[in-house]
Amino acid sequence: MAILALHDVSKSYGSTHVLSQISLSVEAGEVVVIVGFSGAGKSTLISLLAGLDQPDSGRVSFRGKPVRAPGPERGVVFQNYSLLPWLTAFENVELAVEQVFSHWPKAKRLAQTERFIGMVGLEHARDRKPAQLSGGMRQRVALARALAADPEVLLMDEPLSALDALTRATLQDGLERIARTSGKTIVLVTNDVDEAILLADRIIPLSAGPAATLGPEFLISIPRPRERRALNHSPEFRRVRTQVVDYLLSTKRAPSAERAPLAAALSAITLEPST
Amino acid sequence: MNQKYLEISQLGKSFPTPTGPAIIVKDFNLVLAEGEFVSVIGHSGCGKSTVLSIVAGLTESSDGAVILAGKEVLEAGPDRGVVFQAPCLLAWLSALDNVKLGVDQVFGKKTNKERIAIASHYLALVGLGDALHKRPAELSAGMRQRVGLARAFALSPRLLLLDEPFGMLDSLTRIELQDVLLELWAHDKKTALMVTHDVDEAVFLSDRVVMMTSGPEAHVGEILQVPFARPRNRHQLMESPELYELREHLVGFLEDQAHSSPPSLSAPKARRSSFWDLLRSRTVG
Repeated sequence: MAILALHDVSKSYGSTHVLSQISLSVEAGEVVVIVGFSGAGKSTLISLLAGLDQPDSGRVSFRGKPVRAPGPERGVVFQNYSLLPWLTAFENVELAVEQVFSHWPKAKRLAQTERFIGMVGLEHARDRKPAQLSGGMRQRVALARALAADPEVLLMDEPLSALDALTRATLQDGLERIARTSGKTIVLVTNDVDEAILLADRIIPLSAGPAATLGPEFLISIPRPRERRALNHSPEFRRVRTQVVDYLLSTKRAPSAERAPLAAALSAITLEPST
Repeated sequence: MNQKYLEISQLGKSFPTPTGPAIIVKDFNLVLAEGEFVSVIGHSGCGKSTVLSIVAGLTESSDGAVILAGKEVLEAGPDRGVVFQAPCLLAWLSALDNVKLGVDQVFGKKTNKERIAIASHYLALVGLGDALHKRPAELSAGMRQRVGLARAFALSPRLLLLDEPFGMLDSLTRIELQDVLLELWAHDKKTALMVTHDVDEAVFLSDRVVMMTSGPEAHVGEILQVPFARPRNRHQLMESPELYELREHLVGFLEDQAHSSPPSLSAPKARRSSFWDLLRSRTVG
């Protein structure tokens, strides 16, 4: 049975129709990556799965039960980190551990916090506050916080999009390791097709909004561990990359026909400067 | 065709600091043929934007010279169209008026009607034929950068300078705009110099990719010839194993540079100066 599912879900904000009749079924232990343009409705999708927002129509369910509010079984990592600025890296993680494992003795909670601070390689920076950390380090704290609460599903909303290319590559490799070794069910949304192929068992493109729908799914069978440079030599990587990009660009061009005048304009006019 | 349309010779840029000059760029040499599209890639802060800015005439060089179509570049001018990372549109003007502002400067001899036609023509080319009268706030980030492209091309510049033109866009919108840029470029056959750190973008658009070493004293490390015929088709290119060999080569160069990069400029080697010590003690205390 699916661990997390959307059934025919639609969502609007005011007069803007964001998501249209989305159905998605995520199996336990699976890594599903949703790829789409900025503004397509990816964050809305994550908010619905997290229970931070409710659909206008359709249902969201976790293990067959309706999702009505956020819960510790569904951890969320946001693009903007959402750390508490007055707490240190360690305390930010500890806070989540205390919430979820309040019945544990204090020593066990501290050990859990330390384990996950270590897992993301932040022992040296554990006593620093978010303002004293780089963007990449902040996102690692957010990741440690989400994982330390031991959720059944990890929901990630463009976790790496705010980072520079080098830091992003490093953290992608970290996420690849987590996806491979933690056994967690992961739903990640991103606009980066390479990132999607590196991490996913299954890629589902979200068409360009408004009224975005899910496109055809792509199963990724490239064996793990996946290594960024080796992917360049994988025919499957090349094929999926092309198909996902082709599909997403087609959702943007076809309906609006916004580029139709181009060919006509190209042949019609040639302009020379008058000087 | 002029094989030496743009010549950048022994270009250097340094800034004075209390511990002696900080040399950002040294001995940068590059020659572009007319109609050629060349990209410069390198890590953040290596000095690639400095080179572009000197060619644009927005920054003065410390050494060497830039010669465009036989004339030395000494200041900014409308013969060089620049597209920045942020399109820098005037918020109170429509897309059309933003483009027309430059057109009015360059095509002062034409009638107002003709100038409007030029501006609308280029906005139609970038797919904004339906959005001529929208203001920047009503446009998405991708659409605003389309206006930026239209504005640069509408001036019919001799040389197009692009400084990470799609750096602020998500990776899919970036791909979309690369297609738009490539069509515009193929239409007008402009000589173009682009700075980027996106390896895919560099390969897809360029005839040659210049790899810059990490600063200080940054210079041309290696030049990669991109063998794909034009007009290029993204779909075909993305499936070609050759593309991925070029990609891997470029990423490899960047990774090597990242590992071998010397200490950053913000931490001068010899901190003898009492001024710096004073400043440091003040900030720490």
